[in-house]
Amino acid sequence: MTNLNIGDEAVPFELPGVDGKSHSLADYRDKKAVAVIFTCNHCPYARAWEDRIIAIQNDYANSGLQVLAINANDAEKYPDDGFPQMRRRAEEKGFSFPYLHDETQEIAAAYGAERTPEVFLFDSDGKLAYHGAVDDEYDDPEAVREHYLRDAVEAVLAGREPSVKETRPVGCTIKWK
Amino acid sequence: MRVDFLYFEDCPSHERALERLRRVISEEGVRAEIEVTEVTSEEQARDLRFAGSPTIQVEGRDISPPPEPHYTLTCRTYQLENGRLSPLPSETMIRAAIEAATTG
Repeated sequence: MTNLNIGDEAVPFELPGVDGKSHSLADYRDKKAVAVIFTCNHCPYARAWEDRIIAIQNDYANSGLQVLAINANDAEKYPDDGFPQMRRRAEEKGFSFPYLHDETQEIAAAYGAERTPEVFLFDSDGKLAYHGAVDDEYDDPEAVREHYLRDAVEAVLAGREPSVKETRPVGCTIKWK
Repeated sequence: MRVDFLYFEDCPSHERALERLRRVISEEGVRAEIEVTEVTSEEQARDLRFAGSPTIQVEGRDISPPPEPHYTLTCRTYQLENGRLSPLPSETMIRAAIEAATTG
């Protein structure tokens, strides 16, 4: 169960990205919305949602959204989630956002993240505005009926509270050490 | 016809996959017994040749044999006919495996 409730402040972090840079949450304090998304390489649910997350970042980048994807899985048990594999995946898919490695799993634990993917959307004040799934359909993008993250981003960018603030994250469990 | 449906509880697609399997079997009009097994250990995964959840075996054969199978407790990615990656096997995959077992 997540450690953050709606309205709570984001837990700060600084993590290495596949771009070779270190990324701190504070680097993005000028953004109107920041979506911290725990995800990974190996999980089919994470992979199924990748294109939709990329599209959301691209659609709202100019309006002030920043997606930060974090992989916290144990790469010893799941080698596809190692840092070199993360770099390769980001290149293959053309990730338009930083892909960060939480090797110690401290950040995932601090957020209380459980699944991949799992979204924590923060508003311009750094308060949690939405937590949960990207949308209501893990398999077929054309069958999506509820665009939870997209709708929440639009609300936050407009200075409103999302109408749906929390949904159940659907995906693989985070692979703890 | 023997059909084994193997799943790992952590992976949420198993309910929808089982529903899809039952529907295709019904549509194909074949007599099949579906043995549903929850895989709970790495040892069981190896013994049952469980390549991730969900795994469907028709007459002992995986409906979409992975090129380099890793028999372990994990969620499974299927590459669909249109190239899309999915946590679910397609109806086409299931149907083809049933038809192959019926005619083979």
